[in-house]
Amino acid sequence: MTDLTRLGDLADSPFRYSPAPESASIARIADSYGLYVDGAFSAAADGRTLDTLNPATEERLSTVAHGGQADVDRAVAAARRAHTKVWGPMAPAERGKYLFRIARLVAERARELAVVETLDNGKPIRETRDVDIPLVAHHFFYHAGWADKLRWAGLGADPQPHGVVGQVVPWNFPLLMLAWKIAPALATGNTVVLKPAETTPLSALLFAEICADADLPPGVVNIVTGAGDTGAAVVGHPDVDKVAFTGSTAVGRAIARSIAGTRKKATLELGGKAANIVYDDAPLDETIEGIVSGIFFNQGHVCCAGSRLLVQEAVAEEVVDRLKRRLSSLRVGDPMDKNTDMGAINSAAQLGRITELTQVGEDEGAERWSLPCDLPEKGYWFAPTVFTGVQTSHRVAREEIFGPVLSVLTFRTPEEAVAKANNTPYGLSAGVWTDKGSKILWTADRLKAGVVWANTFNKFDPTSPFGGFKESGYGREGGKHGLAAYVR
Amino acid sequence: MTDLAPPAAAPGAGPAAGPVTGSSGSAVDSLVGPRVDETSLRRFLRGLPGVDEVGANARAASFGTRSIKTASKAWALDTVVTMIDLTTLEGADTPGKVRTLAAKAAHPDPASDCPPVAAVCVYGDLVADVASALDSVGALWRAAPGPGERPGVKIAAVATAFPSGRASSRVRLADTVDAVAAGAHEIDMVIDRGAFLSGKWLQVFEDVLAVRAACVRPDGTRATLKVILETGELVTYDNVRRASWLAMLAGADTIKTSTGKVSPAATMPVTLVMLEAIRDFHLASGQVVGMKPAGGIRTAKDAIRYLVMVQETLGPDWLHPDRFRFGASSLLNDVLMQRQKNVTGAYSGADYVSVD
Repeated sequence: MTDLTRLGDLADSPFRYSPAPESASIARIADSYGLYVDGAFSAAADGRTLDTLNPATEERLSTVAHGGQADVDRAVAAARRAHTKVWGPMAPAERGKYLFRIARLVAERARELAVVETLDNGKPIRETRDVDIPLVAHHFFYHAGWADKLRWAGLGADPQPHGVVGQVVPWNFPLLMLAWKIAPALATGNTVVLKPAETTPLSALLFAEICADADLPPGVVNIVTGAGDTGAAVVGHPDVDKVAFTGSTAVGRAIARSIAGTRKKATLELGGKAANIVYDDAPLDETIEGIVSGIFFNQGHVCCAGSRLLVQEAVAEEVVDRLKRRLSSLRVGDPMDKNTDMGAINSAAQLGRITELTQVGEDEGAERWSLPCDLPEKGYWFAPTVFTGVQTSHRVAREEIFGPVLSVLTFRTPEEAVAKANNTPYGLSAGVWTDKGSKILWTADRLKAGVVWANTFNKFDPTSPFGGFKESGYGREGGKHGLAAYVR
Repeated sequence: MTDLAPPAAAPGAGPAAGPVTGSSGSAVDSLVGPRVDETSLRRFLRGLPGVDEVGANARAASFGTRSIKTASKAWALDTVVTMIDLTTLEGADTPGKVRTLAAKAAHPDPASDCPPVAAVCVYGDLVADVASALDSVGALWRAAPGPGERPGVKIAAVATAFPSGRASSRVRLADTVDAVAAGAHEIDMVIDRGAFLSGKWLQVFEDVLAVRAACVRPDGTRATLKVILETGELVTYDNVRRASWLAMLAGADTIKTSTGKVSPAATMPVTLVMLEAIRDFHLASGQVVGMKPAGGIRTAKDAIRYLVMVQETLGPDWLHPDRFRFGASSLLNDVLMQRQKNVTGAYSGADYVSVD
């Protein structure tokens, strides 16, 4: 009988895809970058710096300033000044023009931004080119349109900005998360101090160049690179009116604690352990695609990743066989190759955490399957991995791994599927796969998750609000709901 | 009701053009049951998983993002040529026209080492003309070529009241028998879409069985059977999946999207759904079925995307003219121009490849 998990081996194919590398020279990365404060680049007050690496090669890409308290003070002061004197009083339609200009500049420099993002983050160029950067431009275009229409957004008769917004973004979608934060903040008349992630600061610095090219008034957008202490300084600054954070639940908790009792508003978009529910009447071929993009998109570095696959027991074996067969055509390797489907893990620290948790999974008795594939020697890599026989009590079913690791659990009835799906402290996203419309609605109604995808997964759109239930955070980003967080 | 199950192709072999091997009908037996009737067929076909249209379209589009360059492109272009069924299906076809086509099929680009195409595809009454034209240049297909010789170009004939299929069963079978007798190696039949759309799935099944039987020559060998679903008239992907299984269960050697006379003809998503059906049928039965998208594939770039899709859906074993064909006419010249560009580094133009 035929091996159900493999058809012919692609490694033996005469039709091999020759390397099709995107040119790294498209990206003009400077040897060092300062902080972008008050419309100009400058070194950190105490001269500290940190290196940013290409995780696919471990080579240094650039050195950026490590901002401290004094730098954050200066950035917040610049943002306050810009808000009081220029951005706040400006006619909303004029603010919209700046946003349109930024959106066009992002679109014009899309290829360069995609290359920089891939080099700094490790995600494949196919994703930065086709997903990240187009969505960034889309977010600015969308919010540019809102700038002079806020009175009709259902947010009250005359919505007003908070003032200065402090924002901290993660490394998994560096520029896209920046766009999710900055676009609505500017459209509603706020000014911004943003801290990019320690390991992925470069695209935010290119964005600073775009702001300068767009003639955005100094101080409206300030980019303060650095590490955890820099982020804490931004969030903790007494003159920051609102905080927006995307990242881990642990840090989110610390932020909520630090601003408790202050006047600061906050939106937190935190971790997740999304259930991807597959009923036995699902369109199986497309479901497999959804499972793959749910957990292996962006190396699984996605807070809303479909990391818990809940399959109806009757089709569990077939789904896992089909999934493994499909994964055998997944290409892992050089992120700059246009044919690469999965790139490098973003950092040594993250690789360590993924390795540790998968070991725990094996120790707990789940059955591990990893794609047999050649991984480069340099850089941080982890083969796509599927755990079967996972039980609800296992740590790989409960904790966010934030890597290309899928845990497969089974269920018998729709009630059991919903109970297991909701049995998590998180509640960011979920997926439902069935050919039956009524079952989609029944299930979605009962899932405690901010986003429920039906017969698809990991689809993003600036018009659609995104955010979590429970420990996945509060507040929404995108759509009209996202605007609400930036006005009072 | 049919008790007689169709003969099965030998597992692992390409679509059989040689003797009819066995008649175990094991696929039908194990999948549908010992008695193939209206009820059992309906039960089986309606039990197939559905196709999500949005998801299938997205998956098909994703194959287009593979970047095929340099050596892999050169390999792909040559492989595409060897997979082409060079086709003319016009009311105005003449012996002269098909002779031109046959010459081109044998030597698509005489100035280079370009391989011949897989087959010439014509109406049944022109089979004899194609045969003599190919034979005159020593390019007619032979089952056992001499050492170092190429097997040659096959002749495919459309039959069964192509393209509509609207004729009595007697006429459709006679059409087939005539074409086989005239020397066709392959028969491209059309299913009765009216019967399929009105739910008479057993009728379609029996029709394919009968045509398959009509492909048998007096010496016991059999012409290869390609079954055209005319997906442009079936419209939904669920229908395409069911019709694919129906044809394979009835013994199709190859399933084919379209006649080329109905729009839309072959599309990437429709072909994907059919390739998935071939894959699942193979995994369930061990039998090998070929695929032929036809109509609408005009550029080398499109054709290479199809190869990527075949490779990533069915594996490299299907990248062979016995298992995958393109039904096309204008595609060949575009591939030839791309081949020339690969050699010279510059694009030539329509005047540097022959009209046919």
